[in-house]
Amino acid sequence: MIPLPYFLLLGAAVFCIGLFAALARRNAVAILMGIELMLNAVNINLVAFWRYTKPGTPTWDLAGQIFALFVITLAAAEAAIGLALIIAIYRSRDTVNVEDVDIMKW
Amino acid sequence: MSIDLVLTYVAFFVLAAITIIGGLLVAFVRNIMHAALALMMAFMGVAGIYLLLEAEFIAAVQVLIYVGAIAVLILFAIMLTRGLMTRTLPPENNQWLAAGGLALLLFVALVYIAVTTHWPVGTQALAGTDLIPKIGTELVTTYVLPFEVASILLLTALIGAIVIARE
Repeated sequence: MIPLPYFLLLGAAVFCIGLFAALARRNAVAILMGIELMLNAVNINLVAFWRYTKPGTPTWDLAGQIFALFVITLAAAEAAIGLALIIAIYRSRDTVNVEDVDIMKW
Repeated sequence: MSIDLVLTYVAFFVLAAITIIGGLLVAFVRNIMHAALALMMAFMGVAGIYLLLEAEFIAAVQVLIYVGAIAVLILFAIMLTRGLMTRTLPPENNQWLAAGGLALLLFVALVYIAVTTHWPVGTQALAGTDLIPKIGTELVTTYVLPFEVASILLLTALIGAIVIARE
């Protein structure tokens, strides 16, 4: 079987790409996409750790998979709220560039 | 190396390449619509990785919720807010250098940790065990409280999204 670090490295790479997208993109929708990528990276790690459990743990200990399911649920809620906020901002300020939305900055 | 193992490695690297190339396109491509399509590609790659890890249920949920729902939601949001990122502004803001440095630093740290740590792993064969009914049972016995909280959270998010996005 493929060693566990391969999956961890893939998760790390996807997380860092998502982090860069979330920090550096101008478009608010792209920032949300970066956050979704980061959540996916976390899920890769959770499922990989579930698959490679410590010897002696019974196979039906499904905590890793169930945690991944909850992360997916939260990601869905987050996407719905985030996109609703972006649409509301677009309606009132006519932009989705996060640098133009700075009324709460001092 | 047996042929099965070689094929598993090939599948892993192909899926990892799909995921990472999709992610890089999301981070760097100029057209936001193309970024959303690349995001769908990355989600499909991750679903393949789940299949490789023998988590079939999570793979199916990934395709249904991420590719089916979240990506379509993002595409709708892009179409509703379109026609304003066409001006000649770079897709990255002025902090892109600091953000890139931070992401790279974190990646180096994570690689170091993943490679040098001794993980107490065991790889028991899952063959023949049907885990999907177990997931259902666990969700309504051991994890019933988080399950109910998640349902309330989804309801709240639904109502909140409607209230926020309504004119």
